[in-house]
Parts: sequence; C-alpha cells; structure tokens
Amino acid sequence: MSLNLPSSGPRGQRPKRLISPASIMIYSVLFVAAVYYLIPLYVMVMTSLKGMPEIRLGNIFSPPVEVTLQPWATAWNSACTGLYCEGIKVGFFNSMKILVPSVILSIIIASVNGYALSNWRFKGSELFFTILIFGAFIPYQVMLYPLVIITRELGIFGTLTGVIVIHTIFGMPILTLLFRNYFVSLPPELFKAARVDGAGFWRIFLQIMLPMSLPIFVVAVILQVTGIWNDFLFGVIFAGTKNFPMTVQLNNIVNSTQGVKEYNVNMAATILTGAVPLLVYFFSGKYFVRGIAAGAVKG
Amino acid sequence: MTKLHSVSIKDLSLNFGSVSVLKDLNIEVADGEFLVLLGPSGCGKSTLLNCIAGLLDISEGQIFIKGKNVTWEEPKDRGIGMVFQSYALYPQMTVEKNLSFGLRVAGLPKTEIQKRIAAAAEILQIGPLLQRKPAELSGGQRQRVAIGRALVRDVDVFLFDEPLSNLDAKLRSELRVEIKRLHHKLANTMIYVTHDQIEALTLADRIAVMKGGLIQQLDDPLTIYNKPRNLFVASFIGSPAMNFLKGEIATASGAPAFRTGDVEISLTTYSTQSELAAGHSVIFGFRPEHITIGDQPGPTGQSCPAIVDLDEPMGADSLVWLKVAGKAISVRVDSGRRYQPGEKVFLTFNPAMASIFDAETENRL
Repeated sequence: MSLNLPSSGPRGQRPKRLISPASIMIYSVLFVAAVYYLIPLYVMVMTSLKGMPEIRLGNIFSPPVEVTLQPWATAWNSACTGLYCEGIKVGFFNSMKILVPSVILSIIIASVNGYALSNWRFKGSELFFTILIFGAFIPYQVMLYPLVIITRELGIFGTLTGVIVIHTIFGMPILTLLFRNYFVSLPPELFKAARVDGAGFWRIFLQIMLPMSLPIFVVAVILQVTGIWNDFLFGVIFAGTKNFPMTVQLNNIVNSTQGVKEYNVNMAATILTGAVPLLVYFFSGKYFVRGIAAGAVKG
Repeated sequence: MTKLHSVSIKDLSLNFGSVSVLKDLNIEVADGEFLVLLGPSGCGKSTLLNCIAGLLDISEGQIFIKGKNVTWEEPKDRGIGMVFQSYALYPQMTVEKNLSFGLRVAGLPKTEIQKRIAAAAEILQIGPLLQRKPAELSGGQRQRVAIGRALVRDVDVFLFDEPLSNLDAKLRSELRVEIKRLHHKLANTMIYVTHDQIEALTLADRIAVMKGGLIQQLDDPLTIYNKPRNLFVASFIGSPAMNFLKGEIATASGAPAFRTGDVEISLTTYSTQSELAAGHSVIFGFRPEHITIGDQPGPTGQSCPAIVDLDEPMGADSLVWLKVAGKAISVRVDSGRRYQPGEKVFLTFNPAMASIFDAETENRL
C-alpha cells in the first residue's frame, strides 16, 4: 500500500524574500551610521573647496557655488605655522622622516622579539614577556619626564633620532604581543624540522618564519603607520621645533591666533594630514582584518 | 659477541618544573632495529622521541647514538632524521627546496645535493613532484616528501613522530607497507612513535609500550600480544580488546584453577612465572580468538556455558558477545554461522594462551 501524498504544495528550493523586516532594520541602522560618520567629512571637503566670502554666508552644508582649489594650495605651501609661513608640507616631510625609520625599526625589533619569545623559550622568557606587555598599560604621561631626562643625557633630545627611538620603544609592547601570538600559531613542527635540518636562530627566522608572516607584517605596518602618523605628544616633546610632525604643524595652523580664521585652509590642511592613514586603510583593509584574525586566535 | 647498539638511552628523566614526564628510562636499540614507542596520548612517547632528537633538553641521564654521547649535542649533529605527523614541510619552498634545505644549510656541494635528491626521489617515487609546492600535494605525497627530507640527510637513525596519523585509513595502510619496505631496503635504525597498535604490531621488531612516562613492556610484537606483562599492556593491545574476568585461584583435584562464580577453569597448561596460591584474587584475561564456541560442553575444566548477547559480523569473522557468570565477554568466530541473542552455547578456553594478572598489582603471574 503506497501513501497518497499530494504533489502540489512547496517543492524545490525555498524562495528567498528580498525585503524582510530584518533586512530593513539592518540597512537603516547601517545607513544612519554611515551618514553620521560621513557628514563631518562632507562638510570638511565642501568647506575646503569654497572661498572665504562664500563661507561667511554660513551655509556649511551647501556645496560650493564656485569651486576653488586655492585653500589646498595655501594649506600645502604657504599657511603660517607660528613664525614660518611655508605651509603644512614641512610637517608632511618631517612626519615622513619620523615615520619611515620608526616603522621599519620597531617592526624589525618586535618581529625578532616575538619570534624569540614564541620559539626560543629561555629561563624567564614568560616573565620578560609579561613585563613587556605590562608596558602597554602604563599611561605615557607617567613616563614623559623621565624620558625627557634620559634622552637629554643621551644627547638625542629634540632631534629626529630622539623621536624615532621613542616611537620604537613605545611600539614594542603591542607589536611584540602581535608577533609572538602569530608565531605561536604557526605549527611548532616547522620549527623543529628546521632545527633538525641544522638551521640556526637567524636562518629559521629569515628563511622559514618570515615568508609565512606577510599578513602579520601588514597589520604591524598599518598599526605603526597610523599610530606614529597620528602622534602629537611625542612629536611636540621629543622632535624639536625643526622636526615638528604634521600633526603639530596642523595644530599650529588651525590654532594660530593672528588674523582671520581661514576655515577653508584649515579644512584642507586637516584632510591632508588625515590622508595618509586613510589611504593606508583603503589599500590594506583586507589584509588588516585577515592579519588581526590570524594573530588573535591564540594567546 | 656484543651486539652493536645504535641508540642507547641511559637513566633518562625529564621534568617540566615539578611535573615528571619521563622517569628513569633505559632503552637499547640495536643497529638496524625498528623500535616502536606505543602508548595512549600523554604517555610521553613523543616527548621521548623529541629528547632523542635533541629538540627537548633532558633533566637526567644520557643519550648515545652510534656510541657517541649526544646528550648535549644540537639536533643536526646527532645523525638523525625526523618525520613529523603534520609533515612540517616548509610551505613557501618547492619539494626540491624542502629536500635540499638541510643539505644547503650544511653547505654541501651542489652536485652532491642533486645526487642525493635524485636518489631519494627515486626511492620514494616523488620525482614528478619536485617542482611543486607542498600545498599542491596530497596528504600521502606530503608525507613521502617528509620522509624524503630525512632520507637525503643520509643519517643513521630515523625518528618518526606519528607519521601516518593525519592520513585516511586506506593511505595509512599503504604507507605503512612502504615504510616497512623502506626499512628493509635501508636497514637503518628506526624509532617510530604511534598510538595505533596495528602500526606497532605490523612494523616493529620490538615494541615499547609506555604509560605515564614509564615503559610498561619492551618486547617483540608477538610476546607483547600473547604474554602482556601487566593489565595495562593487555588491555591496550589487541582489537577487539582482551576479555577480563575477575576471580580467584582455586585448587581443583590438586592442580590450580581459576574460579569465578560457578565457572572453574583448570590452569595446568598455563605457564606461570610464580606460585599460583589458592585463594589469591586474580584477573583472568583471554583474547577473543582464543576461545571456541560449541553447542556441546568441551573437556571438563576448560569449558563453561554461556548465553549469546549480541552478534557483530565484521566481514571475515564475527564478534559474538556473551554472558559468562554474569559478565560480558567477546569471542571471535568464523562468520559462517550467525548466533541469535539468548542462544545457549558452551565455551572452551585455552589456558595456555590466557594471561593471569594479580588483581592488586595488576602484574602478570
């Protein structure tokens, strides 16, 4: 006896609804959040493209009637930062001079640190690591005065070298943590196999570990580039007036008390200063997420 | 004549802090011998292998390889090659570069490297794979390359750390045969860690069964299988597992016998190492294939009635679960006949093939 099942009714793939209450909710929240963060950027870009007379009308949301790139040129070339009027480009190049060596130096040291701490455990290596990580939780301000004295005694206070050394030191805790966790997540057999093959500390690091570590290096570069580029405190204290980074110069432009406030120039200068980290995120966001996930799995 | 020892381990101990992982181990591995370290996870077998390889520093004792004290030597100077469970191939290098890495580190001339790679590729049949990256290889091919990496080093001792555990069942049995063939061909000393008893029994010249950082028994496979030295070895080796019945020694017409409930099995044919004192609590162990099932009772003193509980056909043979004196035991029988639950049968034991353990010390009597 066979059961008499109806042939009508649902059959095959279940239809998907394009618009459901849940998706409406999700998209509206996302839309509101996006608008919330984009409006200030919109205002900045629009203002930077207007001339001063148009700004004085007070309609900050309206697009420029007459588009001018003059504020951008002024910001870059001739805006006054205190006594000098050479624009923010001086700061840009100073920041580059601080950024490139600091990023390279800190990442080289931290990657070797992380590698040694995960693969070449020595007596007290865990304690060493704990102390290093603890450094990440001490407020910078506490260490400023001692550091000023130390750098002064070393003769590097107020120099490019000084601020690079400071950035390298302060990058150590978080970068070492990042690299150590990444190297711990790599299969330990690889390390053992390389040792049986006779490779030593540096050869294993350079020929086995490094080629496998691109994602975590990308993360480290992004972290350091944004961190050091956005730094104000160390720059203003340790770099010396000649080497003030872009953030400090920007502050000097925006907060100058002489004459009329040129909002369009200020906006242009601010966007220029923020452009570097923004571009870094745009071009490496994919690697960033991947690397963070790779480094964060094991503790 | 003294036999040449390839690897000697003397009083080896390893402690991690206050945790003792290996305790006072002594092993002599003869030249060309295939020794398997077998045990459950956490028994210290892989740790011992890492100690021999020099990847772990030991706390006490000495390690000799080819008569040379290597206790403080670096792994590369010990004359060993190692194969890991996870293959541990360098992912960014081609197979050829993987094979030659150690040789390049050692600074061998190019022609010599080429020669050795060609020889290893020939033996392991990985010639066509030489220019591929490990990611483009199957599991079996990867493990072949990993073996090749040990092979090119031209070493005295091969160390295998569960090399087949990551492979599926079919590949595992294929590679197992290949490893055995390789051992016959090279006649190198091999130390092989596994938790798979089939691998151990098929490959080994001798097996060291380990538990809790101690060697429970070190013997050839058949002795381990037939005359386990204690209850742990008996229960760990053999699939389906050995049956155990708790009971005591009784005296039946002047000869020792095993008694549980109203079942009595004569032990006159059992070769004992010590006195079987009457009244002593013991565990009677016997393998499923060492019992026969019949419809009629067998010779007195070797037979007892049983009730069929379950019949598990396994192809070549069947495993029949029975109740004897209220306890479950399994018997391996020819799959020609099926048994129905509740059926009444008679079992005939072969005491010569049984094992009797002291219930307290769990050691073989």
